Amino acid sequence: MKPAPFAYERPRDLHAALSMLAASNGSAKIIAGGQSLGPMLNLRLVQPELIVDISGLAELKRAEMSGGDLVLGALVTHADIEDGRAADVTRGAMRGVAANIAYRAVRNRGTIGGSLSHADPAADWISALAALGARVTLRSLAGARSMAVEAFVVGALECALHAGEIVEAVHVPARAASAHWGYAKSCRKTGEFAHAIGAVLIDPVAASARVVIGAIDTAPIVVTDAAELFGGRIAADYKQRFDVRVADALLAKAGIDDVAQRHIHVSVLKRAVQEAAA
Amino acid sequence: MKEGAELRNEREFPSSKSGQGVGARLPRKEDDRLMRGRGLYVGDVRLAGLKDVAFVRSPLAHARIRGIHVPERYRDRVFTAADLVGIKPIRAVSGLPGFKISEQPVLATGKVRQVGELVAMCLAPTRAEAEDIAASVMLDLEELPAITDMLKAREPDTALVHEHWGDNVFLETNYEVDISAALDAPIKVTREISTARQCMSPLEGRGVVATFDSRLDQLTLHSAAQMPHITRSGLAECLGMEEGQIRVISPDVGGGFGHKGILLPEEVCLSWLTMQRGHPVRWLEDRREHLVASSNCREHHYKITVYADSDGTLRGIDCEATVDSGAYSSYPFSACLEAAQVASILPGPYKMPAYRCRTFSVATNKCPILPYRGVARTGVCFALELMLDLVAAEAGLEPGEVRLRNLVRPEQMPFDNVTKKHFDSGDYPEAMRRALAAIDIDAIREKQKQGEADGRRIGVGVSIYCEQAAHGTSVYSGWGIPMVPGHEQASARLTPDGGLELRVGVHSHGQGMETTLAQVAHEILGVDVAHIRIMLGDTAMTPYSTGTWGSRSMVMAGGAVATACRELGERARRIGAKLLQHDPASVVLQNGEVRGVNGSVSLKAIAHTWYRRPQDLPADVDPGGLEVTQGYKPVRDSGTFSYAAHAAVVAVDPDLGEVEILDYVIVEDGGVLVNPLVVDGQIYGGLAQGIGTALYEEMPFDASGQPLATTLADYLLPGPTEVPAARLDHMETPSPYTQFGVKGIGEGGAIAPPAAIANAVNDALRPLGVELMQSPITPHRIVAAVLAARATERSAA
Repeated sequence: MKPAPFAYERPRDLHAALSMLAASNGSAKIIAGGQSLGPMLNLRLVQPELIVDISGLAELKRAEMSGGDLVLGALVTHADIEDGRAADVTRGAMRGVAANIAYRAVRNRGTIGGSLSHADPAADWISALAALGARVTLRSLAGARSMAVEAFVVGALECALHAGEIVEAVHVPARAASAHWGYAKSCRKTGEFAHAIGAVLIDPVAASARVVIGAIDTAPIVVTDAAELFGGRIAADYKQRFDVRVADALLAKAGIDDVAQRHIHVSVLKRAVQEAAA
Repeated sequence: MKEGAELRNEREFPSSKSGQGVGARLPRKEDDRLMRGRGLYVGDVRLAGLKDVAFVRSPLAHARIRGIHVPERYRDRVFTAADLVGIKPIRAVSGLPGFKISEQPVLATGKVRQVGELVAMCLAPTRAEAEDIAASVMLDLEELPAITDMLKAREPDTALVHEHWGDNVFLETNYEVDISAALDAPIKVTREISTARQCMSPLEGRGVVATFDSRLDQLTLHSAAQMPHITRSGLAECLGMEEGQIRVISPDVGGGFGHKGILLPEEVCLSWLTMQRGHPVRWLEDRREHLVASSNCREHHYKITVYADSDGTLRGIDCEATVDSGAYSSYPFSACLEAAQVASILPGPYKMPAYRCRTFSVATNKCPILPYRGVARTGVCFALELMLDLVAAEAGLEPGEVRLRNLVRPEQMPFDNVTKKHFDSGDYPEAMRRALAAIDIDAIREKQKQGEADGRRIGVGVSIYCEQAAHGTSVYSGWGIPMVPGHEQASARLTPDGGLELRVGVHSHGQGMETTLAQVAHEILGVDVAHIRIMLGDTAMTPYSTGTWGSRSMVMAGGAVATACRELGERARRIGAKLLQHDPASVVLQNGEVRGVNGSVSLKAIAHTWYRRPQDLPADVDPGGLEVTQGYKPVRDSGTFSYAAHAAVVAVDPDLGEVEILDYVIVEDGGVLVNPLVVDGQIYGGLAQGIGTALYEEMPFDASGQPLATTLADYLLPGPTEVPAARLDHMETPSPYTQFGVKGIGEGGAIAPPAAIANAVNDALRPLGVELMQSPITPHRIVAAVLAARATERSAA
């Protein structure tokens, strides 16, 4: 379990990093916290020619407000969020998610941008940030583009990054005062990857809801207009109106044949709804 | 969680006034080194000119080797079976009638029979470069059908792991005591029960550093091994060398559990390689190799019927047990130890007049199975204790009550059970009663009636087992395997400054032997444990021993140390009498001094005189000196029987399948405990492994024989948050057959938890019509069973 040989660069600024990526013609891998890429290198599941270590890029470590949104640099760690070192516009929602990612050692090094780019279906941010309505900014030498998190995550371990492109920042919209948040997951043991995630952002005043079913074998199921899950309308009684059959049908449509698996996912989602309503 | 303090039962051995002898809760001496990171493991061994080895391993479970293609530039750094001229395959034969022999080539020849089997050995300055070379070697393999299901493997017309056998059965055994006497019993319960294949997962994996000393004409093999003397015998057989030409050094070892009890093909390969190349070579097992390639454990299947009277009295057991032994028979325990042992230990500590058990050790295209802490007992306890809960349900009794009715009673000791196991001592019903009281079974039944506000369901489960330990010649000679333990020896030497050196052939890989054996010596000689050094794990420095396995070290090596120290004390006493100018009959050895009516002389002074001032000794002194080697065997070598009752309370979430252990009680009787603190540690560690077996650990395979849990992200081990603060209670029934009345206790903690936890989960879910008969009890299995029960109920309604 030793990596295949690779070249290693640790650029000092984002432009240098993007130049290295552009020059590598897709044979480079970016490393930030290394919590996923490290083991994958050791197992030789990935054998890049070049590793670009972006952990020295100060411009990706910033967390600042822009308009009403919080802009988190890609290198903000889970622990930065958990500990409140990064600002919070979600009224504790992100801190709660961060605090339950894997183990503290992982949270100290693992980054929000790395977690999104890795796009592990069982990881927390791809589900939680999709529910919160966050967007990502991607940058290459050609410029920047922005997309919703749910559009960015394409499949299991698959995201929309092009060769030469890097996740620069995550834009998290402020959570409305009337919006309820619920996040639940089921893990075989403390700190392990979840085998079911449910994330809901429900605003009974605005009659809107975003619902995410995560930790399935592919990209999370993201329902941006979730009225159907609540009998056709979102109102103060949404907890009572939550329809497990609709959730089950969504999972079946996503190709999950195993009844027990679907039941666990639906039950976890129900817990998230209950938490939001509590 | 309740406080555990009131349950703890502390006791000093009466003869020990110093707080260091038998019975003292002495912190472990070795921890000062190990906890500060100053231990020396095989991975810490540094030798000049050392090179690293990586292996090319089979990617397929079953295939014919058509070719091995080595790039030209690596021709002198890659070695295959064709290079290993004169090296014999590993053969672990059992003398049991009908046993079929497998030959495990140290590098594959002809066929590969498991994923991870060694095909070629690659040498480089570093492991990473050796892995680069290994990645460049191309294997031309013709895939054959893989045998992955041990029950199907027994059927006719199936593919064969070893063609010349004609079937896939290493060994079939049959044992019967008048089963017909049970057949008319009013209660008859039949089930299929199974336990998953597991990996033993010590913190430190295996590892080998081999070098050759041309001056001594001696191969030195540093290996993370539990049984260095047995490793030497096996190596000598495979390499065609004299045993004296081989020295095996097993330095600090980070956990064994059985995984480090076998002769590895890697050990043979590296021994050959260092002698070929003239420089030291190293291979360190990585976690993926550990998980998929080297050895697994525990995969049992039972088809079992229990017969009982309507009051729950056991009438008999009829069982067919199958164990997936994997592709090869491992040296020295063989491929049949596990399954054949099932037949002799299944009845456990219960009385019954009738019994039948048929066992099959089946070859499959998986890595070999090894005896893991508890060996077959964990599976047997799981099967029998789950069945007893069903008997209780049929009889309308509390599960604890069924145990109390059938357990061997103290007045029946010593007791020979239906399979002629000889129980030396103990009060099994008392352990069960204490466990039931401590877990407060009545309060839990009340709580269950109320129901839980959070929708979870509470359940309580119990289990009890017996752990035969330190069983010796009379037991193992019957197996006819390459290793039969006889007398255990220890060497004791007083040093010129009055310290004590002990040399023993067992090893310590977490058991605390450096402390506990010093306590035994202190008990006899009174030397301060700070001045007692224990030497272990080196064939050049220690008496021959089969090593540390079967919870034998304290009984056997402890007994040998006591015996050697008594002889040493006697010699010192006679010298002391001369120095005191007393009649030897009038002096005694006490608290490190030889005392007579007119004075005393310390062991330190006696040693100083013997070594440094022999001119002060009279001419007629005993010339034997202050160094002795003595052997020991218990009065009976059929083994000590320690035991424990476990009780668990769990909360089960029927929708998520999550299980939380709310309370856990262990009432243990290991005879006289040399060091209760060390025993507590053994029990806690065993409990953690038992929880792993119950709820987490599983090595699944796909139909082509690919192991599916290839990293610790997929192979789940319990961590600190999964192991509850168990409450321990000790009983103490001395063994009548051993020094100080000690019994072996190394494995028990890992035996009972799967049964207790499964019974608790089933107790919680029984009202829903759910019954789980397979370990581990995963969330998916629970939810699937709950949904299936709901569907059955709906269709019935």
